[in-house]
Amino acid sequence: MAESILELKNLCKYFGGVVAVDHLNIMVEHGKIISIIGPNGAGKTTIFNLITGFVKPSSGNIFYDGKEINGLKPYLIAKMQIARTFQNVQIFPQMTVLENVMVGRHVMSRSGFMFSTLLPPVFRTEEKKIREDAKQCLEIVGISHFAQYTAGSLPLGTQRQLEIARALAVEPKLILFDEPASGLNTRETLNMGKLIEKIKEMKITVVLVEHDMELVMDISDKVNVVNFGRCIASGDPFEIQSDPGVIAAYLGG
Amino acid sequence: MAQRDYFGLIIVAVIVTLIPRLIENEYYIGILVFTALNCLTCMGLCLLMGYAGQISLGHSAFYGIGAYATGILTVTLAWSPWIALGAGACFAALVAVVVGVPSLRLKGHYLAMATLGFGAIVHIVFVAAVDLTGGPNGIARIPHLDLFGIELSTDKSFFYFSWAVVILGLFFALNLIHSRVGRGLRAIHGSQDAAGSLGVNTARYKIQIFILSAVYASVAGSLYASFVNYIDPGPFDVMHSVLLVTMVAVGGMHNIWGALIGAVLLSILPEFLSELSDYFGGVGISYNPDYDMLIYGGILLAIMLFLPGGLVEGIRNFLRFSFNAVAKIKRRAFS
Repeated sequence: MAESILELKNLCKYFGGVVAVDHLNIMVEHGKIISIIGPNGAGKTTIFNLITGFVKPSSGNIFYDGKEINGLKPYLIAKMQIARTFQNVQIFPQMTVLENVMVGRHVMSRSGFMFSTLLPPVFRTEEKKIREDAKQCLEIVGISHFAQYTAGSLPLGTQRQLEIARALAVEPKLILFDEPASGLNTRETLNMGKLIEKIKEMKITVVLVEHDMELVMDISDKVNVVNFGRCIASGDPFEIQSDPGVIAAYLGG
Repeated sequence: MAQRDYFGLIIVAVIVTLIPRLIENEYYIGILVFTALNCLTCMGLCLLMGYAGQISLGHSAFYGIGAYATGILTVTLAWSPWIALGAGACFAALVAVVVGVPSLRLKGHYLAMATLGFGAIVHIVFVAAVDLTGGPNGIARIPHLDLFGIELSTDKSFFYFSWAVVILGLFFALNLIHSRVGRGLRAIHGSQDAAGSLGVNTARYKIQIFILSAVYASVAGSLYASFVNYIDPGPFDVMHSVLLVTMVAVGGMHNIWGALIGAVLLSILPEFLSELSDYFGGVGISYNPDYDMLIYGGILLAIMLFLPGGLVEGIRNFLRFSFNAVAKIKRRAFS
């Protein structure tokens, strides 16, 4: 096993002439909560999109558990047990909460197109297991009582929790949270922080992109500050708060 | 949820066995055979449109491919109609791959335009490839299907057979819907990015469901050819594709039962209207098939404006609303 679960090496991404990510180096150690912060447009979401295969890197490498994963399609990344959430929640609004999470069990189940078409669900033992596993994920996040609700009818805070439950259903080793607290009130943000720490206790490595500094400084083991696609500082929350470069980036010095 | 769907399957079977006892008229039985074929095509289209969220405005092309495969293979090459049906379905699947791989990368209006173009091209081939398809004259003397030595030559026998195929098709569709793959498809509809991030191979699933819906349409087309014994390019034009989409939308896209109900309603509606117009012979207006498109268009417009989720969802919402209203009144009366 490699010492770090995720390593970005000299990662670059250009959109036309715009440099979104510029020779970025970040190391993510096993079982930690690593935050990536930075001003708007610093390239944080692009970093996530690069890791999860939604955009291909212009140059540089991404190593996951010692294996190079750049340029793989999103579904293959998910198969390697990397889960993510989205900045603007991407739930499946027409489906129930439970069904949403059952989709998350996709990589952990097998039945294919032909098999699914020919046999009704009662004869597929896998179906029952998927349902049970999904219920367990709802339990962890604490939204079991919403199981039969249509996902689109839920308030934003619950939708974010649902997205996390769905990501946990992948049985991830690494989970990427893209601004999980945006749009949440103070109490919801506090609960989100507790949930993320609970996920860490489940031996899942967390990478967090977040604007809520209180949340970031509270729960992170290490913070990386990104500006104009470059990592300008990296360290524990205390070091970051007193770093002159970081203060300049945030206050426009 | 799943149990209720499979219960519905039994109800359909019961209704189908009862209908010939209630309706003696051969003509109406024939109409119900066409209804069954539309149901089959619409179910496939519903899986594609309502569940996977990919529109196709070219599905009559697959319907036509099935019909012409049966026509050409049985008449010119004297194959068994069963083998012709299978060959037609395989060919439709192949065409679906060739058309689907490039066009399913498109989304929304662009996919609609691409499939519309595909439908138009196939229709032109049916008209213009005279040596193969007989051109506008079509193909005549297509043999009947036979089942265990019994020739399905009467309307009634074909009625049972075609609806048995619909029930089988519905059974397969329900299995798919209530499975890992079905959830994956609905996830693609909800958010393609999120589906991908959870390990759903979105590109492959879209192709697979496109193939399945093409096979449904092709089988319906083959049955059409065997039932009518004569085909020409007429029923396989772009307007028919639009009609199929209308049927699915009127019943309710997000529900396979909606597609079924939409197909049944719009298939028997013209007959009902012309029947009705006989009673009003005195006023000088009589219904004729030229008005079909007018009626369909009006219905589609009304449904989209007032019940965008289709009839089935509209009825369900109405029932829930009235149920809640009754409960409220009861509560008030007792307190």
